[in-house]
Amino acid sequence: MKAAPFAYAKPGSLREAFALLERHGDRAKLLAGGQSLIAALNMRLATPSILVDLTAIPGIDGIQLRGDHLAIGALVRHREIERSELVAKHAPLLSQAAPHIAHVAIRNAGTIGGSLAMADPAAEWPACCVALEAHIVAASPKGERRIPATKFFKSLFTTALAPREIITAVEVPVAGANTRSAFLELVRRRGDYAIVGLAAHTQLERGALTRLRLVYLGVGDAPVSAAGAMEKLEGKRATPEAIAAAQAALEQDLSPAADLTHSAATKLHLARVLLGRALAALVT
Amino acid sequence: MNDRTRPDLLAPRAEKPGAPADARTATGYIGLSVPRAGARRLLQGRGTYTDDLKLPRLAHVVFFRSPYAHARIRKLDLTTAARQPGVIAAFDGRAIAEYCTPWVGVLAHLKGIKSPPQHAVAIERACWQGEAVAAIVAESRAQGEDALAHVEAEWEELPVVTDMEDALSNRSVIHPELGDNICFKRDFVTEGFEDAFAKADLVVEETYSFGRHTGVTLEGRAILADYNAGEHSLTVYQATQAPHMMQDIFSRHLNIPEANVRVICKDVGGSYGIKVHVYPDEMATAAISVMLRRPVKFLADRLESFLTDIHAREHKAKVRLACTKDGKIIGFDLDDLTGIGPYSVYPRTSGIEGNQVVNLTGGPYAHKNYRARLNVVFTNKNVTCQYRAVGHPIAVAITEGIVDLAAQKLGIDPAEFRRRNLIADDAYPYTFPSGLKFEQLSHHQCLDKLLALMDYQGLRAEQKRLREKKIYRGIGLAAMIEVTNPSPAFYGVGGARISAQDGATVRLEPTGMVTCLVSVTEQGQGTEGIFQQICATAVGVSIDKVRVITGDTGTTPYGGGTWASRGAGIGGEALLQAGKALRANILELAAAALSIDKNALDVSTDAVCDKATGETKMPLAEVGRIGYFRPDTLPLKFQAELTVTRHYTPREYGFTFTNGIQASYVELDTDTGFVKLLKHWVVEDCGTVINPMLVDEQIRGGVVQGIGGAMLEECLYSPEGQLLNGSLADYLVPMSGDTPDIEIAHVCTPTRQSELGAKGVGEAGTAGAPGAVMNAINDALAPLGARVNVQPFTPERILRALGKV
Amino acid sequence: MDEFFEATITVNGKAVTRRVQPRQHLIDFLRDELGLTGSHTACEHGVCGACTVRIDGQIRRGCLMLAVQAHGCSVDTVEGLTDSGELGALQQEFHERNALQCGFCTPGMLLTAQELVATQPDATREEIRDFMSGNLCRCTGYQSIIDAIEEVIVTRRKGAQP
Repeated sequence: MKAAPFAYAKPGSLREAFALLERHGDRAKLLAGGQSLIAALNMRLATPSILVDLTAIPGIDGIQLRGDHLAIGALVRHREIERSELVAKHAPLLSQAAPHIAHVAIRNAGTIGGSLAMADPAAEWPACCVALEAHIVAASPKGERRIPATKFFKSLFTTALAPREIITAVEVPVAGANTRSAFLELVRRRGDYAIVGLAAHTQLERGALTRLRLVYLGVGDAPVSAAGAMEKLEGKRATPEAIAAAQAALEQDLSPAADLTHSAATKLHLARVLLGRALAALVT
Repeated sequence: MNDRTRPDLLAPRAEKPGAPADARTATGYIGLSVPRAGARRLLQGRGTYTDDLKLPRLAHVVFFRSPYAHARIRKLDLTTAARQPGVIAAFDGRAIAEYCTPWVGVLAHLKGIKSPPQHAVAIERACWQGEAVAAIVAESRAQGEDALAHVEAEWEELPVVTDMEDALSNRSVIHPELGDNICFKRDFVTEGFEDAFAKADLVVEETYSFGRHTGVTLEGRAILADYNAGEHSLTVYQATQAPHMMQDIFSRHLNIPEANVRVICKDVGGSYGIKVHVYPDEMATAAISVMLRRPVKFLADRLESFLTDIHAREHKAKVRLACTKDGKIIGFDLDDLTGIGPYSVYPRTSGIEGNQVVNLTGGPYAHKNYRARLNVVFTNKNVTCQYRAVGHPIAVAITEGIVDLAAQKLGIDPAEFRRRNLIADDAYPYTFPSGLKFEQLSHHQCLDKLLALMDYQGLRAEQKRLREKKIYRGIGLAAMIEVTNPSPAFYGVGGARISAQDGATVRLEPTGMVTCLVSVTEQGQGTEGIFQQICATAVGVSIDKVRVITGDTGTTPYGGGTWASRGAGIGGEALLQAGKALRANILELAAAALSIDKNALDVSTDAVCDKATGETKMPLAEVGRIGYFRPDTLPLKFQAELTVTRHYTPREYGFTFTNGIQASYVELDTDTGFVKLLKHWVVEDCGTVINPMLVDEQIRGGVVQGIGGAMLEECLYSPEGQLLNGSLADYLVPMSGDTPDIEIAHVCTPTRQSELGAKGVGEAGTAGAPGAVMNAINDALAPLGARVNVQPFTPERILRALGKV
Repeated sequence: MDEFFEATITVNGKAVTRRVQPRQHLIDFLRDELGLTGSHTACEHGVCGACTVRIDGQIRRGCLMLAVQAHGCSVDTVEGLTDSGELGALQQEFHERNALQCGFCTPGMLLTAQELVATQPDATREEIRDFMSGNLCRCTGYQSIIDAIEEVIVTRRKGAQP
């Protein structure tokens, strides 16, 4: 299938981009890496009247260490994150998650900003950003604001972005000496969207899990923080009893919908399995 | 989990073929792994697939397809669509029907099979989601698709039948004029069956289900039809397996003399049975070319492929096995139900797959009692028909599944149980209870070779050791028989104009080169490569002197094409005989020119030589020069015949059966229900192996398609008949990260029906793999008291079997 | 109605300028406008990898890139990389092992494999399987493809040793 017709613009600045969004409103779609959008265009699932290509806008790419956080530009490709030494050192969860995103040819093209804006609940970056308590930097004609990732993902393909806002970067707190992270997915085939995935992040204080974040992907309309499970484990060692209690708590935390081949019960079961495996990874 | 790095599982990279182009054995090139010459252009991106072709004034057709599984067309207004930019014409079913007559997919030897007439474009009613109901012709595909949004259609939804058992109940009849939903029914029982089952020490029973799947050729179906009104001729470039069959069909349904229809098949991007059927949208494309008197192209894009490429394998089979307490199989009892969509596919019918299941179930085993019941029912899903290994994956899986279950109940090792029951290697010719005749099979040799190849005892010991550590591994075996080289008994006797014979023309060129034209087509399986080997061997020339032309009804001899694992065995034999005849004619000419007794001469290394001394007497270029340019120098009565045609049809047996056995080794993650395929082994007897590398690669590719069916692939439909996973993101096929290494060995029992001795092999991998994988999974599950019998074996199904969810 | 944009793209080392519709993806552009039919489309939704081409030195899904996006970019296809000889070692190994049957996936396989060979010279067999897992081959069952790539990698590694 071929895409329906649309116009195309490649603004050279955020200001130009805002003007285009102002002019075309909802009929405009922002194009970054295009790895989800162009597939949707080709299937005529998306039929915008204009694409606004953000890739010529200066200043919204690159990975930089800025004090206590790592700033990752919206246009940074998945593959750059995967191979970045800065990321490996300061945000290892992202390094762990990156190889799970599709395949190299797609990681060479897709961007973190695009993935966050797309807000696919089965995608890796949204869950990671929530687990890391990252901030998403969004620009609009009114200026710039920092939106906590925990408040950014509203529902299926829906974010806290205002209509004319554009993601320019994501800011991730840098990892400390005791930071531990794990990223796990269950996929039928490598690179597929996960049946269930888990981004786990903690500060390990003398063997105890503190500031533990357990964020699931693929089990809801948005990344899901497993609040009950986190509470059961906070400040504790990952003993079999604590793990079992946390796994039990997932019943309340998650209400996954069935997918084509997995029932809700199976997804919940798999989420529990991942929890056990993630905790084992965090403490070893 | 991941054990690919374990040394004993790590296959060394397969030996590279030890046969450069200049290598030869005493039997010429037969048996050598010669890399196929035709692959080079594909490696350079210089193949010519149908979509690569452009003709002047080329138009593109797209189809408006039914969004409903069953609905009456209340209104269909194409006027707005026809006015869209770039649109050349828009047609409904009635308009197309004026140029293309409908067809009925039945065969006389499938007694009682019925199906309603099917039109290229549906006229009053759509019977599955995706059935074409209008065609838009435009200057570009994109413009055609733009216009589809302007087709105005109103529908009256009709009752939908998607479940096979529901169809069988005839609660709602899809084609009221046929009376019921039964397309085809077969009941079969051997004498004394009831008595034998009643006396058995043990009867085991299990019901197996198989998901619908489809071929997923990487290149979608493709056709470019070019009608020339000045000649009243139709040239069709088509990705097809059977050019002559399609020539006949275009001729008869478009009312163009067959001699005026030419079907050309260039490179084909995968077929596996998908491209051997008559597709309504392709017939419509040819009709539209006639209507518009210009070239028209249609490509099924990926989304259309899932909705309209034939599906296959949706079966539910209850099977019983009776045996004695010391493990002797007495008989099999089968009740198979399959749902085929709303039409039996033309011209091969959708009854064949189920019929094969009946023919083949229990096939490797020496038992005398067999009862089978088959119901083939219409449903409102996409049509099903013959896809690689047709019926074999079902028959092998249910046979091997129930055999393992019986062995388990009796506490006999599955390999030993097979050894006690496989038909003895000296029992041939052998007639199977279903009536099939086997010329010569080698089950026991294959079993022995497999057990050694995989170190069966070693694996069993390892499995036991690991179970103590709560690592659950399973070993599964699947013996099989396979239909290859079919005689006219397959289709011809049923009235289908599908050739069981093939022809080969071999021509010595003036330069000493040899050109051969063969009616079997190249779909990537390496046909042209092995034909080079056979021809070079038969004529006595180096392989690089041979050119092969296939896939053109305008130039090649008449023949069946590529299906049912027949290309090497039938086309290859025709070519061998043609090549030998050319060699004899070359010797006649040389003998006449040299005034030497032809019996003292031979052809070797591109020259006529002295048979006794090997001394070169006349290069073939000289034979060509004399034959074509200086025949005046030859005796007056001598006429050179440097072009020879020969044909071959297997007739002695209905099918040339092959046999083989596969094994799968898996590891089960009992927490997640995930299965890791650690290794797969195949021992196959396909008779004479012309090119071991190509044979092994056919088997490997086939195994992985079989694994796809067992583990991943299923066309999922909603109760309303909507395909739920019609994209490559949702319909999962095996990728490199999830497939095991496959080790292969051979037993070689050439068929005595032909001089070449080759049997078919292209479908063997697919036939046996699902059964082997299923048995391996069940072997891993056995100590946990669990069992699965519904393919594909998803984590969901395995976790449910384990009682985890 | 379709608007057109003028795009200048360096294709296989040569700059070409064409007026393109924004909706045309790069593979249709290469095939229909330039006659470079070596790159194939087989799904047009980014799953199969048959459309793999190289953009500014990195592999991409050509069906998930618009021709207009390639303006100012350097695009390499199987045709160009064949002519330059860059794919030669892989092509040779693929040929000798019959690591292709119908050949439809092959250009995409070769480009993907070449990126692997270039970026992960120490790749293990498992890593090769992983890296190649975004390219669908329905014919071979993959083993011969993995064998061929492994052979090229091992040979290069041997050659790199002093």
